Amino acid sequence: MNTESGVDICTLIIENHECGGRSNQTILEVAEENGIFIPTLCRLAGLSNIGACRMCLVEVKGSNKLMPACVTKIQEGMEVTVNSERLAEYRKLTLEMLLSERNHICSVCVANGHCDLQSLAQKLGVNHITMPYIHPLMPVDASHPRFIADHNRCILCTRCVRVCQEIEGAHTWDLMSRGTKALVISDMNKPWGESESCTGCGKCVQVCPTGALSEKGQAAGEMLKRRSFLPYLSMMREVGK
Amino acid sequence: MTKARVATVWLDGCSGCHMSLLDMDERLILLEEKIDLVYSPLVDGKEFPENVDVALVEGSISTEEDLHKIRLIRKNSKVLISLGDCAVTGNIPSMRTVFPLEKVLERIYDENATINKQIPSKVVPRLLERIVPLHEVVDVDVYLPGCPPSAENIFFAISELLEGRTPDLSSTARFGA
Repeated sequence: MNTESGVDICTLIIENHECGGRSNQTILEVAEENGIFIPTLCRLAGLSNIGACRMCLVEVKGSNKLMPACVTKIQEGMEVTVNSERLAEYRKLTLEMLLSERNHICSVCVANGHCDLQSLAQKLGVNHITMPYIHPLMPVDASHPRFIADHNRCILCTRCVRVCQEIEGAHTWDLMSRGTKALVISDMNKPWGESESCTGCGKCVQVCPTGALSEKGQAAGEMLKRRSFLPYLSMMREVGK
Repeated sequence: MTKARVATVWLDGCSGCHMSLLDMDERLILLEEKIDLVYSPLVDGKEFPENVDVALVEGSISTEEDLHKIRLIRKNSKVLISLGDCAVTGNIPSMRTVFPLEKVLERIYDENATINKQIPSKVVPRLLERIVPLHEVVDVDVYLPGCPPSAENIFFAISELLEGRTPDLSSTARFGA
């Protein structure tokens, strides 16, 4: 059945539930519409999806590859498994790698108690890290008059990069280098306080899932993220297109 | 009924986990009927004893002495609980691992010392280059994260073990608090 041009209605099975959706929707969107929980970390509704964090990996019958649900479009007759021993193991392992790669000291973090990484670790049963911690020496950029970038807590989800580019339109943030050396940078790797493109809007701070970006003057556990602006601004952007 | 032999240990931590232990308040009296506290910073024994049923260990492994102690604790204990974030993750003590040990010692005992500048070499145990959680050195049976873990979680963990069950703390215990 055609709704708009090139978009079909598909029926599929997600976690033993019969679901329906439009062919331009992702597995994650259809799962959420049907009340099926798939863990996510880099994804934030209102921003583009990039499939970077691998939390939303699911099994699709007929494929031995795991698919990121946030960027995989649904297809007619798909059979999707969200919860399996293999997926649970991979998700835990990925979270452990995120927690061991930099210095996530929850107890003294500004985002303690309000952190997406911390709460997901608890939800998925990560109560210790099985691989050795790397303990890299990471920079803390406090050059901005109102905000701090603490790279010890960054998980490279790029929510800040995306909100700055897609919603604020400034593209102050981007990624530099690869692998464990990858770093979120402002302008061409200038201190944040010297950035010419930054408008100081603070959207990056609010969408950051951890304590990597925070407002100055916050003590441990005080950095509450306010994200209510995002659905409205992303809706306005769609209207403007 | 014979009482369970319980030990609590304070390695490289702030003793906050032991404060939380004391925060069990009147529940300590309930526990007292079921356990013998055979070793702890709160009692007078100097040597970690043999045949311990449950050992709760606070703090990370930061010195050669910690290494020696945790191996003895493991050898002498049936159940080892990693108590609190320092024991489970390295937490605040591990923040010095990002710097070379030599620089840390210089900073503390030379740059910031006002009198008697010298790197200690006698009596105090040698520091390890890397601070590690307990499970990097020995097998751990129960992980009780939190900074500190709540008195409720500590009481629940001990009570479950006394009943012969493995405590499931996934809904209440997390890193950080």
